Amino acid sequence: MIRSFGVDEILFLLQSTGWTLVLTITASLLGGILALGVALARISTHSVAREIARVYIAIVQGVPVLMVLFLSFYGLAHAGLELPPIIAASIALSIYASAYLGDIWRGAIESVPRQQWEASASLALTRRQQYRYVILPQSVKIALPPTVGFLVQLVKNTSIVSIVSVVELTRAGQLINNVTFQPFKVFVAVAVIYLAICYPMSRASRRLEERFRVYRGG
Amino acid sequence: MSIVVVDNVRKSFAANEVLKGVSLTVERGQVVALVGRSGSGKSTLLRCLNGLEVIDGGRIEVAGHPMDYHPAKLRALRQDVGIVFQSFNLFPHLSVGENIMLAPGLVKGCARLEARKLAEQVLARIGLLEKIDAYPDSLSGGQQQRVAIARSLAMQPRVMLFDEVTSALDPELTEEVLAVVEQLARDGMTMLLVTHEMTFARRVADMTVFMNQGRIWESGESERIFRQPQTPEFRQFLSSTLK
Repeated sequence: MIRSFGVDEILFLLQSTGWTLVLTITASLLGGILALGVALARISTHSVAREIARVYIAIVQGVPVLMVLFLSFYGLAHAGLELPPIIAASIALSIYASAYLGDIWRGAIESVPRQQWEASASLALTRRQQYRYVILPQSVKIALPPTVGFLVQLVKNTSIVSIVSVVELTRAGQLINNVTFQPFKVFVAVAVIYLAICYPMSRASRRLEERFRVYRGG
Repeated sequence: MSIVVVDNVRKSFAANEVLKGVSLTVERGQVVALVGRSGSGKSTLLRCLNGLEVIDGGRIEVAGHPMDYHPAKLRALRQDVGIVFQSFNLFPHLSVGENIMLAPGLVKGCARLEARKLAEQVLARIGLLEKIDAYPDSLSGGQQQRVAIARSLAMQPRVMLFDEVTSALDPELTEEVLAVVEQLARDGMTMLLVTHEMTFARRVADMTVFMNQGRIWESGESERIFRQPQTPEFRQFLSSTLK
């Protein structure tokens, strides 16, 4: 039986959007924590830590997210660790986010002038204090636009987890299309929902950037 | 005992030996000017004194701290040795007051109120108390440099290092910074300054050290060696800077 694209279907899409958001938020938070570690390791004074972080970034960035997803879903299952799809998907996306955010933040930290390190070291601050009070606050401003840019990508890239049967927004659209045969309506609706999530993020980023500028000009 | 001891110090950057066995002592309350062409090693020598550059040979002792690059030892030395840079290097995300309060709060554990008082005190000393809540990028270069001096003073250092602190400034701004440095000298602060301001060095420094090719080429009481340079290199350097 062919169903029409009505209120129920739209509600189903919105409900599935919840999973898209859950995946995005989990991957941002978990990936973000990992990324800070990756970024700091990448510029650590310990050469081993630096090398490990470099290789990690190179591998994750050089492999399709889909492979990371397959590995954490089918791979781990094969190894005896059967994870619910949503967990495997969250892990895969977090790993993906950690490598990209880690690299973005490394760049932001490194773009703080060397003299800021020298001035704070000369005031007898510990390395941890230098990061906490001098370097990271300045990096945040530099890192903000590319970070939000990446998170917008992340929202859209959560769609790939539909492949391990997590019913997020894209998968929900496919399912509805399968029963309604109204691809144009369905996928425009899906696209509009993605846009409704991503556009405000970009806007907020721009506004934050301006606020930082005003604050610094104080 | 001398407050700064530099004994046969060597330092290379890759194959380029910048300091070729430099020895120097500075007594408490003494003001020493380091002069010479760029590339003569004077800034490197200054930066070696607070461990920003790691020496390859020789011995350094500052304010009773033998140079030791272990982080905790280095921090102990740096608490007693202030440095002011050519490019000011204020923390742009912090207000003037916060720039000054940061290290006393973190390193010496000053309470916020106490640190604030300290900031007011050092800012009054350099004549910029009214800028305590301003941000660095709203200040002129000269004002920023004076704040950098105040930030250093707030740690109550026993020795102050000045690395070409007026080289990035216009002539009129140079004057206001030099006035602050001169006042510090009169207050009895021990300091070493790398400078291109020869008249200032002659007037304010007790001793002037002329560096050339990584060596101390000529040094002595400022008044005397400016009047009677002993080496042709220093004589030529002086005549080229007076032009």
